[in-house]
Amino acid sequence: MRWLLRKDLLILGRSRLLVALLVIYPVVIALLIGFAISRSPSRLRVAVVDETPPGQTVLLGSQRVRVSTYADELFSQVQAVPVATRAEAIEKVKSGAVIAAVVIPPDIVSRLSTGLARGSVEVLYNGDALEQSLVQSTINSAIAQANIAFSEQIQRSAAEAIDALLQGRNLAILGGPQEVIGLTRIPATLHAIIARQPAGRDRQELEKIATFAGFASQNLALSKNVLATVGQPIQVNSTLLHGRRTPLNTFAVVVAVSVSLMFVCVLLAAGGVALEREEHTLARLIRGLVSPGGLLAEKGVLAAGCSFVVALAMLAGVAAFVAVDWSRFGLWVLALAFGAVAFASLGVAIGALAREVRAASLLAFLLSLPLAFLALVPPGAVGPGFYDAIGVVSFLFPFKACLQALDTAVNGASPALGGSLVHLAGLTIVFGAFARLGLRRAE
Amino acid sequence: MSAVLRVDSLVKRYGELEALRDVSFQADAGELVAVIGPNGAGKTTLLSIIAGAQAPTSGSVEPGADAVGWAPQQPAVYSKLTVAENLELFARLEGVGDPAGAVDRMLGQTGLRGRASERVGRLSGGNRQRVNVALGLLGDPPVLALDEPSASLDPGQRERLWGFVVGLAEGGTTVIFSTHNVSEAQRYGHRAIVLADGRLLFDGPPDELLRAGGEQLGGDLERALVAFLLDRSPSGVDGS
Repeated sequence: MRWLLRKDLLILGRSRLLVALLVIYPVVIALLIGFAISRSPSRLRVAVVDETPPGQTVLLGSQRVRVSTYADELFSQVQAVPVATRAEAIEKVKSGAVIAAVVIPPDIVSRLSTGLARGSVEVLYNGDALEQSLVQSTINSAIAQANIAFSEQIQRSAAEAIDALLQGRNLAILGGPQEVIGLTRIPATLHAIIARQPAGRDRQELEKIATFAGFASQNLALSKNVLATVGQPIQVNSTLLHGRRTPLNTFAVVVAVSVSLMFVCVLLAAGGVALEREEHTLARLIRGLVSPGGLLAEKGVLAAGCSFVVALAMLAGVAAFVAVDWSRFGLWVLALAFGAVAFASLGVAIGALAREVRAASLLAFLLSLPLAFLALVPPGAVGPGFYDAIGVVSFLFPFKACLQALDTAVNGASPALGGSLVHLAGLTIVFGAFARLGLRRAE
Repeated sequence: MSAVLRVDSLVKRYGELEALRDVSFQADAGELVAVIGPNGAGKTTLLSIIAGAQAPTSGSVEPGADAVGWAPQQPAVYSKLTVAENLELFARLEGVGDPAGAVDRMLGQTGLRGRASERVGRLSGGNRQRVNVALGLLGDPPVLALDEPSASLDPGQRERLWGFVVGLAEGGTTVIFSTHNVSEAQRYGHRAIVLADGRLLFDGPPDELLRAGGEQLGGDLERALVAFLLDRSPSGVDGS
């Protein structure tokens, strides 16, 4: 086997373009996928037309809420491009300078001030179905966030007004009466007065008023809590059931390295076996010089070794820029080694089926790329039946298992490393058997 | 003289297709045996079984693959390696005792010493075929199986190749070769074996095949072969 290995390394060394492509192309693909996953969507450029007069406030009872709070919140959700008029906003959307425009109409203040009508904003957008979907979801999210912030401020003002009613306060600064007796103090005050009253009709009426004042103050206090509940009915408390919380960027590193490992390994292994067919040397070799199993093992070892080195170098290189736990280095090596061997097994199976290197490379790409993308489809992104089908397909090929093993090794994510390694070992045996069957055609 | 190559009741089936049907013959040391016949007759299958590249469905071949040198129809060489590197690799894989000595000997025998450090992919078709044959001879085998060795060679290259092969036979190597060029079988073959539809239809000297095909054909073995095949196997002349 060592002479075959030496020969293949010699041939690889003389195929510099191939080696460069084998290394550079997967790394570029991997980095693109990594960036695509790790970067949160950039904030959309949205034109904002604020037609409300500057400094406008909404009067809620004795409290004032600034309308600019709403616009500020909206601005924070998008990359806001302030424009003066609706016409100018439409022009910007049409020219593609912005993806959408939000118009805050001047009557929003008067509508909100009634306390009965809801304010409304206008959204203008353009583009194809994908852009429309993106704009709708982004703008809806931004408006929902702004609504929450605005309603919280309204809720705070309302709570302050209720407090003033309950506790009493000097409201002269807000244009109200100088001294307001709090609702909570009325029953005690009335009872003191009642005690000084002779029995009779007046005393009975006063006792009724005192009872009502006590009942009212208790229930008004409750309404503060009700307001808080209505403002944000459901609060999210998230708990991760298994493994550690994985930052998106380190997961992206794991995806990028797994993709590189897969491409380099599968292409090298498939190309190595197919090259023996293309050069017509396969029959010469397996007529007794090398056993078919030995030949496949040699190609697998070469592909797994080269891809392992590339992937480990890539992981170590990227780890210089992303915070990863270097104390788990031994686990990285283990996961990469098992992944490389499984991919090599898949590669030699592809190579044994193909008659020439180009066909093997094409087949390797056609098979690997969709499988990698399928393995990255999160649950809930597609229908349950389709997700189950994806799960079965992903289970039958090494990418998902390798991704899980590497994610566990690098990030301590679930499931346990042992399960993924056993899975990869099983796939190695299965694809090795397929490769052996494929090679029989040459015997 | 005792037989060096013994082929006994050879049968090869690919599913329903019977590529070889009960083929038997022998060849002595130093004998040049030409295997001729139409396309699909089973010539390549026969040679690859003799070389050990394929297993027969039934029947036997002696000696084993390790005593048979093989040059397949398409040069089975690594185009990215040099002539010397190809020879050295296969010498080591065959377990030749002195790989460097074997490489030097084959470079001398094939006249490729001046091209030793040239990559095979840059050689002419004739020189590639010489490397292909040289690889089959590395282990100094008593039997050499050549599958259409002169295909794709120009007349000069063919002449040099046959000069080399005849020299090997004169040295005691039994050479069995397939060819579509019947005149080569007539000129270089001590014996001709005619295959059609996987059956061995004739085994004897080329002159005898001439007589079997018809004396009136004026010594043209190709016409004699066609006449012979039409007589024995009317549907097998074009291999259909």
